[in-house]
Amino acid sequence: MTVAVRERTVTPGLAGALSRVLKRSPTEIREATWGIVFVSPWILGLMMFTLGPILASLYFSLTEFDILGVPRYVGGENYITALNLGNVIPAFAEIKGDRLTYTAIGKTLVYAGVTVPIGTAGSLLLAVLLNQGLRGTYLYRTVFFIPHLIPSIASVYLWKFLMHPRIGFINSMLDSIGVTGPGWLNDPKSAMASVIIIGLWSSIGGNRMLIFLAGLQGVPQELYEAAELDGASSWHRFWHVTLPMISPTVLFNVILGVIGALGVFTVAFAGTKGGPSYATWFFALHIYRQAFEYFRMGYGSALAWIYAVGVLLFTWVQLRASRSWVFYAGGN
Amino acid sequence: MAEVALRGAPERGFGRSMSQQRRMSRTVMYTIVFFLLVLFGFPLYYMLIASLMTQAESYAWPPLLYPKSWVFGNYPEMLSRVPFLQWFWNTAVIAFFQVIGATASSTVVAYGFARFRFPGRNILFLITLGTMMFPGQITLIPQFIMFHRLGWLNTFYPLIVPGFFGGGAFNIFLMRQFIMQLPREFDEAALIDGASYLRTFVSVLLPLVKPAVATVAIIVFMGSWNLFMEPLIYLTSNKHFTLAVGLRFWDAQPAAGELTLTHLMMAMCVLTAAPCILLFFAAQRVFVRGIVMSGIKG
Repeated sequence: MTVAVRERTVTPGLAGALSRVLKRSPTEIREATWGIVFVSPWILGLMMFTLGPILASLYFSLTEFDILGVPRYVGGENYITALNLGNVIPAFAEIKGDRLTYTAIGKTLVYAGVTVPIGTAGSLLLAVLLNQGLRGTYLYRTVFFIPHLIPSIASVYLWKFLMHPRIGFINSMLDSIGVTGPGWLNDPKSAMASVIIIGLWSSIGGNRMLIFLAGLQGVPQELYEAAELDGASSWHRFWHVTLPMISPTVLFNVILGVIGALGVFTVAFAGTKGGPSYATWFFALHIYRQAFEYFRMGYGSALAWIYAVGVLLFTWVQLRASRSWVFYAGGN
Repeated sequence: MAEVALRGAPERGFGRSMSQQRRMSRTVMYTIVFFLLVLFGFPLYYMLIASLMTQAESYAWPPLLYPKSWVFGNYPEMLSRVPFLQWFWNTAVIAFFQVIGATASSTVVAYGFARFRFPGRNILFLITLGTMMFPGQITLIPQFIMFHRLGWLNTFYPLIVPGFFGGGAFNIFLMRQFIMQLPREFDEAALIDGASYLRTFVSVLLPLVKPAVATVAIIVFMGSWNLFMEPLIYLTSNKHFTLAVGLRFWDAQPAAGELTLTHLMMAMCVLTAAPCILLFFAAQRVFVRGIVMSGIKG
């Protein structure tokens, strides 16, 4: 604390000894000690439930381990299998590859590639509408937000019902205007689109929208007035005033959105089981199957590492790229 | 900031100077909003009405827009077919302990981060923020193995115990932001008066952070109530299921040639979603403030 007085008097005991060794006043040492005491639950938690497991996972990824026996060291074999390197590098030709890894990567990227831009733009659109001072704004905000409060598995089942190919509500609407509806979740051609629709419905009006709304309300009113005096149209004002001012919020939402979208699991698990014919075989599902259905903990860990490296890479690229488009009003 | 988020903002933008144009753009906006309300609201409405239909009605062609028979009996029937109350209780117990663990522990840790200087503090905080970017999938398998070794599978411990060690990076971050906004003079005065750090924490800081505690509690509760993957992995027997995991029962139900009992499934969906929706209505301000704080100050 700032009240710390730098005394150099000789204090007896352990604190005194420490203070002499570290050339810090006993007050400072007392403060540091208490700080560490207060933070210690988290240090333990970080070790036990995050950093420890991350290291353990790296080790398991180099083993074959079915959870009941002991892990058997196999070197990089899991990674060669996962990435199907046997096809590329002749030395590994006898290691059989997992054809589904690239399917999983592809499907996950498609899902994220569609839901993140549409979801972010959609949330921003909702926030802008809620920020117009329309009558009943409170009601609109609540209705937009509730889908986010429904447990994701419940919304999957609800949509499965609405999207039922024969008797679902959506196809009956399409039928009444003379269109034959698709098979939605049951058809490999439309399954991905269906999963994307469900994902968007439950997230567009969620936290992202609230964060955007607060961001919009933080834009100083004078900027709009100045722009208006300069004769800027409402579109220009949005593009040249609002967007730059809320760009840090956009970055925050995009980064969390990408991390969330790359982790898509429940919709596929409950809605399509990854099918039909692997049309929605997402990476998180791939890991889950290997680890918790076939109990291949070693191989699952290797997949998890490949996944984590991919996600971190994405985040890093976005943070790098953001330097050119994010504007911090405070300087920073 | 959060207070502002609750009201509609003052009118701004979009052609204020020309009333003709303004009326037109207002009309356009109300039209878009109406369309969006249907898009977001109708599925919710459909969930509710389907839970009040007979099975035949829920599969009628063309689908009904409202129930003809209003079968409130679907709810008791659903309760008689699945151990809903048991699952509800399990979900509530897990949520309760997650809330206690996260609020208690993140307050203590955030106090340490916000008010003390100690070697390694900044790097530790950076690591804390970093773990938020790190996908949880990577820790899932080793944690599963660890809990398996501890004999904790099919108990609530894997879902409850970790929360007591720090309460999660996100909550620590939120709480720290809040504490740093409080004027230091309060706790410094207490310290100068000779109160210990512990005493300062309990009698000066705790009363001040109550709003932040409420915010964290609500966010944790909602997250816990809707948790799916972790309970799916850790809880294997029917009587330990949470609501989200138990809901799968209705999906697996029909024998060959039978239809799913969708009307009963929807009844369970309604009751599963109800607590969070009610809580949202009751504590909207507190909840929204937390979400906003996480995004804006981040």
